[in-house]
Amino acid sequence: MVLPAQPPSPAQDRHDAIVIGGGLVGAAIAYGLAEQGLDTLLLDEGDVAHRASRGNFGLVWVQSKGLGAPHYQRWSRQSAAAWPALAAALATRTGLDTALEQPGGLHLCLSEEEFSARAARMERMRAEAGNLGFEYRMLDRSEVAERLPGIGPAVVGASWTPYDGHAGALTLLRALHAAFRDLGGTYRPNAAVARIDAAPHDFRVTASGMTARAPRLVLAAGLGNAVLAPMVGLAAPVRPERGQILVTERARPVLPVPTVNVRQTAEGSLLIGESKEDAGFDAQTQIPSVMRGMARRAVLAMPWIAELNIVRAWSALRVMSADGLPIYDRSERFPGAFTANCHSGVTLAAAHAQMLAPMIAAGALAPELLPFSAERFGHVRTAA
Amino acid sequence: MYAQRPEVRPATVEVLVDGRPVLVPEGASAAAAVLVAGLPALRTTPVGAAPRLPYCMMGVCFDCLAEIDGVPNRQACMVTVAPGMRIAPQRGARIAGPRA
Amino acid sequence: MNGHDLAIVGAGPAGMAAALEGTALGLSVLVVDEQDAPGGQVFRAVERAAGDPALAGEYAADGAALVRAFRTARGVEYRPGTTLWHVDTETLRLSLLRGGAAEEAGAARLLLATGAQERPVPIPGWTLPGVMGAGAAQILLKTAGVVPAGPVAIAGQGPLCWLVAVQLLRAGAGPVTLLETRHRSPAMVAAKAGGLWAGRAQLLKGLALMREARARGLRVVRRVRGLRALGEAQVEHVRWEGGTLPCATLLLHEGVIPSTHVTRALGLEHRWDAAQLCWRPVLDGWGATSHDGIAVAGDGGGIGGWEAAVATGRLAALDAACRLGRIDAAERDRRAVPHRAALRRALALRPFLDYLYAPAPEVLAPTDDSTPVCRCEEITAGQVRAVARLGATGPNQAKAYLRTGMGACQGRMCGTTVSALIAAERGIAIEQAGTLRPRAPFKPLTVGALAALAKDDAA
Repeated sequence: MVLPAQPPSPAQDRHDAIVIGGGLVGAAIAYGLAEQGLDTLLLDEGDVAHRASRGNFGLVWVQSKGLGAPHYQRWSRQSAAAWPALAAALATRTGLDTALEQPGGLHLCLSEEEFSARAARMERMRAEAGNLGFEYRMLDRSEVAERLPGIGPAVVGASWTPYDGHAGALTLLRALHAAFRDLGGTYRPNAAVARIDAAPHDFRVTASGMTARAPRLVLAAGLGNAVLAPMVGLAAPVRPERGQILVTERARPVLPVPTVNVRQTAEGSLLIGESKEDAGFDAQTQIPSVMRGMARRAVLAMPWIAELNIVRAWSALRVMSADGLPIYDRSERFPGAFTANCHSGVTLAAAHAQMLAPMIAAGALAPELLPFSAERFGHVRTAA
Repeated sequence: MYAQRPEVRPATVEVLVDGRPVLVPEGASAAAAVLVAGLPALRTTPVGAAPRLPYCMMGVCFDCLAEIDGVPNRQACMVTVAPGMRIAPQRGARIAGPRA
Repeated sequence: MNGHDLAIVGAGPAGMAAALEGTALGLSVLVVDEQDAPGGQVFRAVERAAGDPALAGEYAADGAALVRAFRTARGVEYRPGTTLWHVDTETLRLSLLRGGAAEEAGAARLLLATGAQERPVPIPGWTLPGVMGAGAAQILLKTAGVVPAGPVAIAGQGPLCWLVAVQLLRAGAGPVTLLETRHRSPAMVAAKAGGLWAGRAQLLKGLALMREARARGLRVVRRVRGLRALGEAQVEHVRWEGGTLPCATLLLHEGVIPSTHVTRALGLEHRWDAAQLCWRPVLDGWGATSHDGIAVAGDGGGIGGWEAAVATGRLAALDAACRLGRIDAAERDRRAVPHRAALRRALALRPFLDYLYAPAPEVLAPTDDSTPVCRCEEITAGQVRAVARLGATGPNQAKAYLRTGMGACQGRMCGTTVSALIAAERGIAIEQAGTLRPRAPFKPLTVGALAALAKDDAA
């Protein structure tokens, strides 16, 4: 599809909604709002910015989500269930294939301790899931061998749920942007937001060389939300957690099922992830010892992977809250302002586009999202 | 096709290019061996199955990826020929997995 | 791990000269180079090919001498066949790959002398078998003594076109036709750029080369535009506005540009050189970069040719010795005098050549939308333009959308083209579009090699 270039921005834009942040979270919400018929402006930074989306591993993953927080497990499950509809809608509108596959997923255990700990965790999640249910199996080594080629002697077993899968994170980002534009959305890059003047249902946003105004405002600027949120009476206590990924050369299809640390993309590359490092805001550095650790674990899991060439590595900064769960909030002091923060922008894309965006359009978050408020950290929503 | 100049480079090495024995000058790269042998393509691309021959000959373009002595996707321009070296086209994406 | 005083990446003229100068000043020097013999590209395979009459000239004389001196220098640890894949910018530990195994090295100072690459020349059909860089044909002649069989077309401009034409003709190739894309006249350029008197030695060499080319039967077509390579499974014809020529080999060349892959990956400051139309690291007069411990010498810092590379290599080594406290600034400056003079001489004709042989805008930003831009991922110019309209403001966003730069070459072949296309489409300067930000590993290494990295090696 050929898109016309954006017209030059007028001095002051008026829209039904402004979304700040053009990553996976912001783009999904903006797309969802546009689908609801809202005239939406999506503001984004430039070519070089933190951009957690560029480092997303691509899992549509449920089995690890929400131990001790069954609302997060529920939200993730709903999103995974809604993903096929999102993929189909994006494909129809943009011709882009987000390569969604949901064959279930494996979390490999490379020792007896890992296996018992994992089994205990999964059982807890099932208990916490209550009526929603939580289908899983602990697979022994021979059962894993039936699903994955050439597992190494270190593999003791794995946890498996039918809900897990993966998709192309960057294709998703592109598709969301393209669909947003196709729905009449306005996208402005190089528009880092400097200031927000807030009144209930009336927000004036100042970014590089422009101002825009709308009755609805969504802060989806990732790590940038920490600074923006207080401007609208919200709090977004997020900090960066670095993750590194190794990417191999393309291979013919070999891995039929994604695992939490190794998956094969639709293009054929194998992705090996994913570290968790406390490195401040440095997303440029690659650390050989961390890369080695990831490579080692991958080789232990599937020794044949040792032969593949790593053609590039990547690191990006996850948007991490203190408990690792998303933060969704509506401002009490300035109704109409919302914030959305998470580090699972692919898994939750469907929820963001199809569930969260309609809530924002309607002006309030559904009760199921109240536990995700920053209030759980002791932040009061009316903070000035 | 490339023509050798034995008057200047008399010493040769025998290698196998896509199974065929070829005599190439000592010191030549595997990429040069392929050009001397007249192979129509050194690889077919994984994306579009397009035929490619070397482009830059200095390790920058990665268009000379070939299977050398059973190892896929080696930059043929960076490998010097050795007697008996097996140089074969890299057809699309490599095969990965156990017993690969 | 004991480190060296100075680690040099690259054993071309800059790296070799820096090593010689460094050891003469008492520094312990490590030289790593991915090729298995010294010489870089300009003196590639000189130990083997110096006797080839087709290559007679500076290559055989100066190149062989420099390599000989390098081979016999004391105090140099030389690791050929060794690829750099990571640098820790805090400790300057180098992560290396040799013989398929990962290893490390340490140094107090790092000198990057990784040289240049040919400027990519994206034209329709340039991915066809049989199309390669003019420099590539020269490398084949040096490393294997071989020449293309059948009609050869050289398309582009610059001194290397003439040099390669002469060398191929001497070696018995032919017929050879030069389709010259130069659109500026020497007289006009001389009036604007000057430097002809100071650079007269080089100028005379160039003119002699052109005379020899014609004497050997080189046919020249001038002011060629709109090049495209045509053929089924290989190049069979080259076409341009107003002409066509059958050829079995098409050699493209629009000058050489600094290899900035590693310098960009290390986050060093770069600038766009409007005269040479390329990115280059920001350097001071000694080659020091924006990082206190890292310097650049040779064509990797800006195109100047091998004699300039030798001079800047020596200057960088002098500066390293001074910063390490082996000599004081006064002695460094004194010793630098002849190298600065040599550098001035070597660069005298540069402004003239840069301006005379400046690539046309369509070399950087191809106008035909069907032109492949990313050879690895097979992405066209039209696709890049489309994501520029979608909102990609630079090559990193384009990479996220299109995969340009995600292939094996990591954007070495497409990065600048993507930036130029985005800049043209969005009506901004290429500096605003910016560059790709590559990462380690700078060159591929296997998962197994990485996994086997020794624990105390990995920082």
